[in-house]
Amino acid sequence: MRTVEIAHLLKLEAALDLRQRAAWGGMLLYVVSAVYVAFLAVKGGLGTATWNALFWIILLFAAFNALSRSFQREDAGRQLYLYTLVDPRSVILARTLYNAATMVMLSLLSLLCYILFLGSDALREADLLQFLLAVVLGGIGFAAVLTLISAIAARAGSGLGLMAILGFPLVLPMLLAIMRASKLSLDGVAWSVNSTYFLGSALLDVITVTLAWLLYPYLWRD
Amino acid sequence: MKHWWWKSLAIVLLLVASIAALWVPLSPALVHVSPSRIAPGETTVNITGYNTAFRSGIHAHFVNDGQVFCPQRIDVLDDTHISMVVEVPAGLREHMTDVVVDGLNYPAAFFTEGLGEGTEETGCSTETVTTSHQTGFTFPNRSILYESIRNLHFHVPMWFTMIALMGISVWKSIQVLGNSSLHDDRKAVSAVHVGLLFCALGLTTGSIWARATWGAFWTNDVKLNGAAVTALIYLAYLVLRGSVPDAYKRARLAAIYNIFAFVLLVMFLFVVPRLNAIDSLHPGSGGNSGFSDLDLDDRLRVVFYPAVAGWILLGAWLYELRHRTLRIIELQNA
Repeated sequence: MRTVEIAHLLKLEAALDLRQRAAWGGMLLYVVSAVYVAFLAVKGGLGTATWNALFWIILLFAAFNALSRSFQREDAGRQLYLYTLVDPRSVILARTLYNAATMVMLSLLSLLCYILFLGSDALREADLLQFLLAVVLGGIGFAAVLTLISAIAARAGSGLGLMAILGFPLVLPMLLAIMRASKLSLDGVAWSVNSTYFLGSALLDVITVTLAWLLYPYLWRD
Repeated sequence: MKHWWWKSLAIVLLLVASIAALWVPLSPALVHVSPSRIAPGETTVNITGYNTAFRSGIHAHFVNDGQVFCPQRIDVLDDTHISMVVEVPAGLREHMTDVVVDGLNYPAAFFTEGLGEGTEETGCSTETVTTSHQTGFTFPNRSILYESIRNLHFHVPMWFTMIALMGISVWKSIQVLGNSSLHDDRKAVSAVHVGLLFCALGLTTGSIWARATWGAFWTNDVKLNGAAVTALIYLAYLVLRGSVPDAYKRARLAAIYNIFAFVLLVMFLFVVPRLNAIDSLHPGSGGNSGFSDLDLDDRLRVVFYPAVAGWILLGAWLYELRHRTLRIIELQNA
């Protein structure tokens, strides 16, 4: 595992993404459709609590949809070739980093789209900086937990269904902490109140990434 | 047959603990006082006891913010019912009034309507000669819980056993990553099977208990969320196993998921609830008193620890049986 390797792998990921622009379009369309369905279903006023809950549910499913691709887009042959060149630990770290970046972008775009359709009434009393931090941390957290799960599901040869079953219970601790943080920041509480949740989710990120780093070398071998 | 002794120990512990859990009586307590509010003047107060043996000549008094007054007359109706005539003094302070009968305290029995400045000394004694108490070994009698406190010896050991079994499973999974042994993989899945059984038992006993004490089968509580997540994780583990046909690949993928999930589960069950004061209805959290905060803990402990040990040993026994069954099934299919 070397930083040079990780940098190269990140470049590779970016190149692959640029080559498959339709995939990004698919991810965004998924979010827009979900938000529009929510818009049609609620019709009008939403309380702050419901606004928050709905946003995180949409983002959760968007994350499953976006991250399930991360290990499925390459065939076994190319994967094997990749692993002869680099340390598997570099692969998982690069994937996690790249997925985290993807999720941060996707979360912010989802938020934009969500505000566009469902209004920003809930943000009136919010501490915007805290709320954005919660959204960004949430995106990173989803990426941290779901990257390894995505690898397991891809190895098991199943699609999105298995990934949702495996990932949902594991994402819950992260989701609960970040939803609470997001709700509190919408209520405009002080940093000192909310910092435990931010620290807690950052701690969960560190633990999950460490575990993925430890376990991944056992996963890629066949 | 060299390991027979711990199975006998499991049977003995479970028999002793379960019989004791169901058979030991509750200690006497006052369970109901009516009316719920008092005003100055003559009032009749009815008191219901549980496991008490009220006899004529027993002592009773009322405590209002440290000030004591006594009833004029006490009629013992039967072992568990007394009726008292009280001349409520005019000077009661704005404070809940406690009732003490025969040394048994019923705190905050009355909403006090007299908002006086305090009474003069009534010369009422608080000296109590306990006559009606059931002697011998008893379980604490606590409001809301009452007889359901016995469930402590069944409900809680289920979770201890489940965690122990999941611990065995994750240990075997770590070994699988090292040696790729299908034997250890079989052990890991056997432990999960038995652990899920104990999870189901814990959920059942818990739901019934919750209905009786909190009024609903399921509540939004950190511990319940933890139980639900545990069940989902290990069911997902079984689904993952089912979707991989190759035995060695299945062993490795399942082991990786098991280790990853177990660490996150431990975080969720033991760290997240302590990270911040998330409310829980369970004893010992969210401002609720635990089972050990009163002077009563040791009586429960005497039964609780053997029960925990017995259930864990039974879990280990079932795990061994499950492992052997799976092995036989595999040999038959081979």
